[in-house]
Amino acid sequence: MIQAILVFNNHGKPRLVRFYQRFPEEIQQQIIRETFHLVLKRDDNICNFLEGGSLIGGSDYKLIYRHYATLYFVFCVDSSESELGILDLIQVFVETLDKCFENVCELDLIFHMDKGGLSAAPARAVSAVKNINLPEMPRNINIGDLNIKVPNLSQFV
Amino acid sequence: MALKMVKGSIDRMFDKNLQDLVRGIRNHKEDEAKYISQCIDEIKQELKQDNIAVKANAVCKLTYLQMLGYDISWAAFNIIEVMSASKFTFKRIGYLAASQCFHEGTDVIMLTTNQIRKDLSSPSQYDTGVALTGLSCFVTPDLARDLANDIMTLMSHTKPYIRKKAVLIMYKVFLKYPESLRPAFPRLKEKLEDPDPGVQSAAVNVICELARRNPKNYLSLAPLFFKLMTSSTNNWVLIKIIKLFGALTPLEPRLGKKLIEPLTNLIHSTSAMSLLYECVNTVIAVLISLSSGMPNHSASIQLCVQKLRILIEDSDQNLKYLGLLAMSKILRTHPKSVQAHKDLVLQCLDDKDESIRLRALDLLYGMVSKKNLMEIVKKLMTHVDKAEGTTYRDELLTKIIDICSQSNYQHITNFEWYISILVELTRLEGTRHGHLIAAQMLDVAIRVKAIRRFAVSQMSALLDSAHLVASSTQRSGICEVLYAAAWICGEFSEHLQEPQQTLEAMLRPKVTTLPGHIQAVYVQNVVKLYAAILQQKEQAADAQAAQEVTQLLVERLPQFVQSADLEAQERASCILQLVKHVQKLQARDVPVAEEVSALFAGELNPVAPKAQKKVPVPEGLDLDAWINEPLSDSESEDEKPKAIFHDEEPRHAKQRPPEADEQELARRREARKQEQANNPFYIKSSPSPQKRYQDAPGVDHIPVVQIDLSVPLKVPGKWMPMSDQYVKLEEERRHRQRLEKDKRKRKKRERERRGARRHTSLHTESDEDITPAQRVDIVTEEMPENALPSDEDDKDPNDPYRALDIDLDKPLADSEKLPVQKHRDAETSKSPERQDVTVMEKKSKKPKRKEKKHKEKEREKKKKEAEKVRARRRKKKKHKKDKGERSKDKKKPKKRAPPREGEAEPVQNGALCEEPLPPMSSYSLLAENSYIKMTYDVQGSLQKDSRVTVSVVLENQSSSFLRNMELNVLDSLNARLARPDGSSVHDAVPVPFQLPPGISNEAQFVFTIQSIVTAQKLKGTLSFIAKNDEGSTHEKLDFKLHFTCTSYLVTTPCYSDAFAKLLESGDLSMSSVKVDGISMSFQNLLAKICFHHHFSVVERVDSCASMYSRSIQGHHVCLLVKKGEKSVSVDGKCSDSTLLSNVLEEMKETLAKC
Repeated sequence: MIQAILVFNNHGKPRLVRFYQRFPEEIQQQIIRETFHLVLKRDDNICNFLEGGSLIGGSDYKLIYRHYATLYFVFCVDSSESELGILDLIQVFVETLDKCFENVCELDLIFHMDKGGLSAAPARAVSAVKNINLPEMPRNINIGDLNIKVPNLSQFV
Repeated sequence: MALKMVKGSIDRMFDKNLQDLVRGIRNHKEDEAKYISQCIDEIKQELKQDNIAVKANAVCKLTYLQMLGYDISWAAFNIIEVMSASKFTFKRIGYLAASQCFHEGTDVIMLTTNQIRKDLSSPSQYDTGVALTGLSCFVTPDLARDLANDIMTLMSHTKPYIRKKAVLIMYKVFLKYPESLRPAFPRLKEKLEDPDPGVQSAAVNVICELARRNPKNYLSLAPLFFKLMTSSTNNWVLIKIIKLFGALTPLEPRLGKKLIEPLTNLIHSTSAMSLLYECVNTVIAVLISLSSGMPNHSASIQLCVQKLRILIEDSDQNLKYLGLLAMSKILRTHPKSVQAHKDLVLQCLDDKDESIRLRALDLLYGMVSKKNLMEIVKKLMTHVDKAEGTTYRDELLTKIIDICSQSNYQHITNFEWYISILVELTRLEGTRHGHLIAAQMLDVAIRVKAIRRFAVSQMSALLDSAHLVASSTQRSGICEVLYAAAWICGEFSEHLQEPQQTLEAMLRPKVTTLPGHIQAVYVQNVVKLYAAILQQKEQAADAQAAQEVTQLLVERLPQFVQSADLEAQERASCILQLVKHVQKLQARDVPVAEEVSALFAGELNPVAPKAQKKVPVPEGLDLDAWINEPLSDSESEDEKPKAIFHDEEPRHAKQRPPEADEQELARRREARKQEQANNPFYIKSSPSPQKRYQDAPGVDHIPVVQIDLSVPLKVPGKWMPMSDQYVKLEEERRHRQRLEKDKRKRKKRERERRGARRHTSLHTESDEDITPAQRVDIVTEEMPENALPSDEDDKDPNDPYRALDIDLDKPLADSEKLPVQKHRDAETSKSPERQDVTVMEKKSKKPKRKEKKHKEKEREKKKKEAEKVRARRRKKKKHKKDKGERSKDKKKPKKRAPPREGEAEPVQNGALCEEPLPPMSSYSLLAENSYIKMTYDVQGSLQKDSRVTVSVVLENQSSSFLRNMELNVLDSLNARLARPDGSSVHDAVPVPFQLPPGISNEAQFVFTIQSIVTAQKLKGTLSFIAKNDEGSTHEKLDFKLHFTCTSYLVTTPCYSDAFAKLLESGDLSMSSVKVDGISMSFQNLLAKICFHHHFSVVERVDSCASMYSRSIQGHHVCLLVKKGEKSVSVDGKCSDSTLLSNVLEEMKETLAKC
């Protein structure tokens, strides 16, 4: 499952952000900042996988990213996704953007925020993979256990 | 166009679109925040406009600002307005904004239910699509419950675009509303074979995601997935399926065996690295699951390791990383095959990429042996020196400790070397793992008796230079090692060379800057040292020196008395008094050393962390039994409540076979007595055969070990790395050993040569050849005798996926249908359904608990049941097919299947499920003509007194299209149909759907009831317009709604003690009926009463059962059902006699049919 898709530039400015799990705005920004600092440190010629940051997901999650010119494309996924598959997906995603905007660049993302393709683009490219994770709903567990057995019947009459 | 129109107006001078906003933000780099707050003010103005285009534009800008981190939840209502715009471009903006900022806490979200439902059924596929996409992000349990049925319908939409989305979103619905999983699952399964590859892949994704969390429920799908795996060419789908198999194989080893072949084929044939990698991963998982059963898969392992080696050698860092990752999985079960690639792993340790180095470190853990441990750790130590960044260095540190300490220090041949490594690690600046090093030092010093002398000398050196440790890294955790150092020096002070010097080091004023808990340890161990010194001095008859030491303590201890840490302070003042007392005695020339050292006599033994938990309850001790018998008059009360906590335990206990026979028990008892006699103070561990060096009981019997004196015991330079010297020495020692051995061998060979000539094998040094430098006595941690080996860690109760742990092979019950669009009366809030949900939840969970308890029994029955299930499924499939054919040519697919084969869902007693029950349905025919057939069911709810819900299933039996359906009822004094606000008592209530030919759907109507003690009938009419090719006609169908007394009863669980109290209270009136000629089994009989009359079984003994139910107005109804030879008698007690007699009459009718 993909937990979040983050696109930001070399300065950490968010350009396209999609969370498939609810986080309050401040946390979202914190995640973006944290992720940015994680990927910024890394050279372009080292591997594209990162163990998850502390804010999003936890140990089951990985950050998989690619760096194109001035943009970082970061996917946060859990262990059910194929790492190499997601790398391909990022490629497909960027190619899709490229087709939409002809020679996609950072400015396209900034100025065409509302373009139909864009808001749904992650979802569309991801439709083969997409699924979402949300926090648990509260459940009543122990209101009256139905399965009570007593050795002998109480006096009825 | 609308936008242009607005632009034209003078007010709209400031109206900027998103592009303007973005441009503006870029132009105001210095005062961005101010500019944005100004924009937000403008947006607020725009949102007040009536024009939807302006609103949409404003919301669009808000979505951008949300991405930049601004809270836009205040605009939630406006977002809903934009969502409900008729124009797609606006609607899309609305849904986008909603998906970004709506969540379960958004209060206006419940307003969206109807809008979303409308969009879902919109004729435009894009409206539907955008609603589905949006909903996936903000679905709540309420939305999920209300919309589940609509989304399920969309799974059979004509357009694959919609089907795909609907399938995907079902996953979110399942998460939020687990009850929907079982009803929706058959259709989801159908989608696995959808003609459209997109839909198919979506279904695979959803099922894989579900199965990943609760694999055992999806084992039955394995053949289907196997077929898909061998036929599909879509790599995405293949990867998912292969990953899923990886999760399933541990549960079903036979599956693994079948998988090996196709997977190896894929590995050989595929060109896609991602697929290859996943195949290798799953093969590894299969091999792990098989490793216990059949070890003969070396070919597959070799293939995997080979392929992984190719990955690791690849120049692509990503492949290298993944290769190492998978390698570490093989390592766990087949370390031998990985160890062959040690060169590769060591090479990766030097990689420039940190992630790769970390992975390589993981692998190292399994690669060390006695032979190469020192070499590898040396390498790691150089990395520690080079490493930049504390995270990587800390990781290295923990790995070094992990590697060395693994499996009880199995690979360490020279503990002096290890201690010096630990001491060297203390030089690391800014490490967080001081406590780890400290724990290791303590552990080694305590458990390896032979090393204590050396450890003490090292620790005293460490204490001596404590200022270095403490001053430079006061804030970091490294000073924790002083804790260990102080304790070791104190506890084993007899080994100290110059105790006085260490004592002085520990009493330096600088010590007071250490953290409180370390100071406390210092104080305590200062006394231990003091005791040792006193003893020494008194033996040497050096009273002068002894008094000097005492004086030193008296002078220095007050600095600890002033410590801010309570523990340190308390210990210090206590000890200060002690020392002062000793001083007085010394002044009188009384020998005190004996008494002072008696304070610390005896040895501390290590105790396993789990020891306490594992102390078995001694025989004959019943922790639940009363220590003092309670007062006699309360006896009867005491007995019953106890039953609550017993649950099913008593019966369970009886079934369990005795774990040990008498002989065994006697033997154990004997052994225990013996041991207790030997050790009055300790609970000693029973000797385990695996340990090579066993701790002999009692201190005196410890074989004191001769330390190899080739290693210097004196501490050389205080901060010089010593471990290297040890490596060298160790090498020399091994060399010497080898020479000796060779010599011996040569002699042997010569002897052999003299005899018959045999071929001589090359001498290779294996692990076993290396003898440890010291015969090391590794003391095992103490465990209580008879410690129970099993301690399962409970599953995390907060796991959101646990709710989806649902058995999918059971046939559906009536009560499990998805809620459909309801007619609600004006004030109906969501509470009544919520209650239903929890009740249902409990019901569906119950049989599973049962299963757990009777696992063994279950296993035996499994085969039989599997057949049964299969048979049922076959039946269902046929059913489905019919449905499918019917709905194919219709535009609107069938919303709800007719009542299906029921099962004993409401039966409270789990034991009743043992034999198959006849199909049951609570729906009965209401009216029927050539156009339409109506069946209905009446249900009450405890939450709404005097209100019942009538669910009417309308089935179109004609070829006409039925619409404008309206239901009207002639209200009686006692019962009234709840109509929407503002309508008169004669108005009809519209049915909220239309019926294409052949389709059925369910509508619900709420009735208000005054008195519930008698049954009653209401006359009513359904009017509708039937439209066919020839035109439309207005039709009517009259019916009579029958409210039985039973329909006012609600299944309510009741505890036996509460039940007994109720009966004892004497407020209930009594009545009984008897029915003859009943052949049905008692179990089915009870199931029938439970199902049709909404009772629950309180208790059951043989052919006698007590049952309970409650009316919506709170009347208690208690039954005692007894079965005779051919008859059944039912005694009832109820707070209302009329109600009781009516209920019993109705029950009599039901029973008469049996």
